[in-house]
Amino acid sequence: MYRIDKEIDIKTEDYSFSADEHDYINDLSEINEADSKEFENVGIETDDQNRSATFILKDMSVVHCKSKQAGIDVLTITEAMDKYEWLKDYMWKDISPDKDEFTTLAKEKPSGGFFIRSEKDVKSQQPVQTCLHISKEGFSQNVHNVVIAEEGSELHIIAGCSTSAHMKNGLHVGVSEFYVKKGATLKYTMIHDWGEQVNVRPRTVTHVEEGGVFISNYISLKPVGSLQTNPVTYLDGKDSVAIFNSVLVAGPGTDMDTGSVVFLRAENTRAEIVSRAITTGGRIIARGSIIGEVPGVKGHLECKGLILNNGLLHAIPELEAHAPNVEMSHEAAVGKIDQREIEYLMARGLNEDEAISTIVRGFLNVDIEGLPASLVKKLDKAITDTQDDMM
Amino acid sequence: MLHIEDLKVEIEGKEVLQNVNLHIPEGETHILFGPNGSGKTSLMLTIMGYSGYKVTRGRITFKGVDITYLPIYERARMGIGVSFQRPPTINGLSTRQMVEICARDRKIDVDKMADQVNMRGFLERDVNNNLSGGEIKRSELLQLNAQQPDLVLLDEPESGVDLENIAILGENINSLLNRGIKRSKGEMHKGLMQKRKKSSLVITHTGHILDYITADRGQVLNNGVLQCSQNAREILKWIREYGYKECIQCTE
Repeated sequence: MYRIDKEIDIKTEDYSFSADEHDYINDLSEINEADSKEFENVGIETDDQNRSATFILKDMSVVHCKSKQAGIDVLTITEAMDKYEWLKDYMWKDISPDKDEFTTLAKEKPSGGFFIRSEKDVKSQQPVQTCLHISKEGFSQNVHNVVIAEEGSELHIIAGCSTSAHMKNGLHVGVSEFYVKKGATLKYTMIHDWGEQVNVRPRTVTHVEEGGVFISNYISLKPVGSLQTNPVTYLDGKDSVAIFNSVLVAGPGTDMDTGSVVFLRAENTRAEIVSRAITTGGRIIARGSIIGEVPGVKGHLECKGLILNNGLLHAIPELEAHAPNVEMSHEAAVGKIDQREIEYLMARGLNEDEAISTIVRGFLNVDIEGLPASLVKKLDKAITDTQDDMM
Repeated sequence: MLHIEDLKVEIEGKEVLQNVNLHIPEGETHILFGPNGSGKTSLMLTIMGYSGYKVTRGRITFKGVDITYLPIYERARMGIGVSFQRPPTINGLSTRQMVEICARDRKIDVDKMADQVNMRGFLERDVNNNLSGGEIKRSELLQLNAQQPDLVLLDEPESGVDLENIAILGENINSLLNRGIKRSKGEMHKGLMQKRKKSSLVITHTGHILDYITADRGQVLNNGVLQCSQNAREILKWIREYGYKECIQCTE
């Protein structure tokens, strides 16, 4: 039996907080082959013609930070703090360093982080890409990021996180504060590819103003030691929207406890949380929580899981309504692949393995809006690899 | 094309087909009549090789090969295709992708094919998701059109289809079986007849489909036994006039 209440004990003092400096790279094409391969796996392109801006943090060194588009500001968080006095009002606003031992680490032992801002009415022509990479064994990378989509702007960020192939153990803490201003859209697509014993603790808070849209896509198909995250989003302004899609695959030894919390705080706000989880021997807790605080809000949670071979799936959808006239619903389903679907595909000429692959690929095929074609291809390949691991 | 000899089939230890003998020669369409629960769908799924349908006696030969124990996909690749009555939805797999799967290595124009069965608007939708009865039939026919099987098994192609659409459906079935009388410019009747190599077995409960497709022969299945093999229209007349009970009695 897999235990639901298994505690994952992380001793932060076991990690190191210093790492060798890595040289700054002026041109992305100069990134060494090993790194560039790792980056590509998480959606980071080393040919930057399809990207508006790029930020790469390796251990605690910023190896690249450049924007090609006017009005799309990309800085290291330290530079940004020097440059913008007002930034302090955006930092540690709704998340305290005392929240837990990990937020404390981000405050006390910072490794850096990014600041990304789209100016008023500016639309990122191509996605901005950020990469947080750990290459030092036993390193604790503690980052603090701030993203601001100013009024009427549109910002798409592809955030890849990875570790070097040789890396086994490490810790990644990420405090992220996102601000989606009036009428702005922030699309944040996160792709994780960690090491087998890496512990990952993102802590994210997002505020969305009137008419703003926040779309968060999270994809983790590769083994990770443990991942625990439960980002909180506040829909503060009327007509604002939050959409969360996650695609999770957990093999043996992987522990995932992920969720999303959305507070519907203003008239006509709307939230949708969709997750697809497959375990092939790992443990996945898929949470989702929508809190309706005022009348006239809508929320839907959808959580579907497949257990292939073995594993634990615990779906915890929660709805909380504090006002009349709210529309909130959830559906959760956990199970195995339906034999009827397999045989249907076989009757069309696929053999059993092909049929199962096709069903799994379809299952994970959450409609992730706005993914660049190259990334879709890559994900497709990652999903195929996942299947190979499962068979 | 298809030979079934002395076939006995069980589902979970319960006998559903007792002694079925059936021969469908190349190019012929046979109609399988039978009351509800008589084993029509079981026979079809047994021919396709579905799990749960255990053959305890007899054998099925297709194109001269004993396929009694072959896996489903090998039968499909040999040229057997089914239009299912209630096919499952596969989430995340669009009808377009499904049609491409059916075509295997053949080059096809999915849009054009979808237009023929009025399914263009459904191509991007998950296969079978939220389809009406009639839409399911059209989707199944579209898939079979891409698959181009030599033996087509149709499970109640008319059920759930409104009167307006049943004629279009019949026409599509005829064209799938190369039995349509619509010919392309310059094509002679003879040429059309020579193309007619496909065989089919059409399951029907009501027989309505016979108004729209032509059949060479009819069979009546009752209680797991094939009891009659005659002209399909003649059988239908009897069933319509006297019901299944009388019809079956004629052979007893």
